[in-house]
Amino acid sequence: MDAIVPILAAAIAAGTPLVFAALGELVTEKSGVLNLGVEGMMLVGAIAGFAAAAVTGNLWLGALGGMAAGAAMSAVFAVLALNLMANQVASGLALTLFGIGLSAFVGKPFESVSLVKEGTFDIPLLAQIPLLGPVLFRQHFLVYVSWLLFAGVSWFLYRSRAGLVLRSVGESPESAHAIGYPVIRIRWIATLFGGAMAGLGGAHLSEFYAPMWAEGMVAGRGWIALALVVFATWRPARVMIGAYLFGGVTIAQFFAQGAGIDVTAQFLSALPYVATIVVLVIISRNVNTIRLNSPVSLGRSYRPD
Amino acid sequence: MRLKLEARPEPSRLMGYLSPLLAALLTIVAGFVLFTVLGKNPLQAFHTFFIHPIRDLNGVAELLLKASPLMLIGVGLACGYRANVWNIGAEGQLTLGAICAGGVALAYHGEESKLLLAPMFFAGALGGMLWSAIPALLRTRFNTNEILVSLMLVYVAGLLLSWLVHGPWRDPDGFNFPQSKQFSDGALYPILVEGTRLNLGFPIALAVVAMGYVFLNRSFLGFQLRVAGLAPAAARYAGFNASRMVWLGMLIGGACAGIAGMGEVAGPIGQLLPSVSPGYGFAAIIVAFVGRLHPVGILLASLLMSLLYLGGEAAQMGLALPSAITGLFQGLLLFFLLGSDVFINYRLRAVRPAVTPAAAALPV
Repeated sequence: MDAIVPILAAAIAAGTPLVFAALGELVTEKSGVLNLGVEGMMLVGAIAGFAAAAVTGNLWLGALGGMAAGAAMSAVFAVLALNLMANQVASGLALTLFGIGLSAFVGKPFESVSLVKEGTFDIPLLAQIPLLGPVLFRQHFLVYVSWLLFAGVSWFLYRSRAGLVLRSVGESPESAHAIGYPVIRIRWIATLFGGAMAGLGGAHLSEFYAPMWAEGMVAGRGWIALALVVFATWRPARVMIGAYLFGGVTIAQFFAQGAGIDVTAQFLSALPYVATIVVLVIISRNVNTIRLNSPVSLGRSYRPD
Repeated sequence: MRLKLEARPEPSRLMGYLSPLLAALLTIVAGFVLFTVLGKNPLQAFHTFFIHPIRDLNGVAELLLKASPLMLIGVGLACGYRANVWNIGAEGQLTLGAICAGGVALAYHGEESKLLLAPMFFAGALGGMLWSAIPALLRTRFNTNEILVSLMLVYVAGLLLSWLVHGPWRDPDGFNFPQSKQFSDGALYPILVEGTRLNLGFPIALAVVAMGYVFLNRSFLGFQLRVAGLAPAAARYAGFNASRMVWLGMLIGGACAGIAGMGEVAGPIGQLLPSVSPGYGFAAIIVAFVGRLHPVGILLASLLMSLLYLGGEAAQMGLALPSAITGLFQGLLLFFLLGSDVFINYRLRAVRPAVTPAAAALPV
């Protein structure tokens, strides 16, 4: 039993960047906006957070920097896709390609910089619970923040009036507009939120999880986050489950090597990507699962008037 | 007075042609700003970036060498994009093409006859097609999003190549470096211009672009692809097979990327390395868009994009800037293109604020 504790704890730690990015993208998509630029926003958030933390020496300022950078990236997307009505798929791809270039360019001087490693934050009392304590309550502080985010997003989408409006914009922008809601402004806010969360996920990766900066270090997590939203059929609770499952798959290689299991490293590294394809196939096999659950106007430009 | 976007009665053909030019111009302006912010003399930086790399024959040869895979993949992707089949995994398909062609080259190591290039060419194309067949199959059979699947396979292909050059295909005399044996002469494209690296891959790429033009603009299948993309409902009523369009778009894209991968290992690289492409598969997406999904446009866009690669290398040597600046410019170019494209369907109109009688009566 004790052997499984570090594995579960590590799976949660590894899944946390995915939680941030996927919950952010979930809110964006619920408003009808498909932003495929998550990978780029995470990369820019990662380097911005790392750089801010390295320069100021404060990890929290770094996390804020990552959020701001992610939001700024998503603003570029919003101008193109929402105001200029550019194709959302193409704009998102452009954002990712730009983010790869920008983060590599800005990040060059930071490749050999190291940060002070932030220890875990043990929640008093709760951390003492057998099994659950070490798994859940001896994590980095941002892990707890991600749980608050999950609670907040769930409440917002399904229990608040503003969340209802946001969902209605995603289902039928025409009706929302007719009732008098500012469709473009709501989509802007949802897009900025998604960007900020992707940036925070990236910053968590470079500042706390790794902690280091390397070119392209997000390594497809942004795309996996996008797949998670589909896998979760646009439901926050399933996003959490999916993110931790993927966290577990990601860390499988370290534990396999530690346990002396002789599997080629590259095959284990390929697992998260193969697993993404497999779950996508399972979830989209039934046409109706996607059709009934995805926001109706997802990916379609809307122009009021 | 303020400016307002107004829908055009019909899309402007003129803006369709002007928009890529406008985007290139805006990228250059952004480059000026960027160089100035970085404390470089913008005119001098510009010379280093865009003029210096192609000042002599060798420079032009390098330009065409790097443009070859870009135009090849760009044309292949355009076939899919015209049908709204979003293959963004060309980088992985390129890698598989390189692996398969490299496998043939290694299996016949020591072969001096250039005839070996033929099976390598087909192995490369088949490898790329095999990799793009996976998203095609999953999309048509299980309704799975081809964007995510084709992208995930990029990482899998990279890891497969990494495993091969670290393990079974590693050069036993290579001092433990992760690389295969150097290919023998028969497995290398012949050089076209003595003293440069320009090889047979360039005319092959040009031929594929020409074939792409005939296929996309002059054939019934190409027409079907376009209809499937522009008006899926119309394509259905006309009885065009939607699955067939997905397969076609994917396989052509994969084959072209695979051929490009073969061209890299049979050309400038000459062996298998852990990485066989500086992101050509992704840059080609931008090439396809900037080229308006039209083979002639793609040809021109591939030259521009190739110049950005050369400029990045020159900036690293001449301006002490990271060569990653190339990716920055590539991203900016696509941003500006997507932004400029708004003028295809809309035009700017100056509107005077409506003056109500009450407002006019107010003292200002």
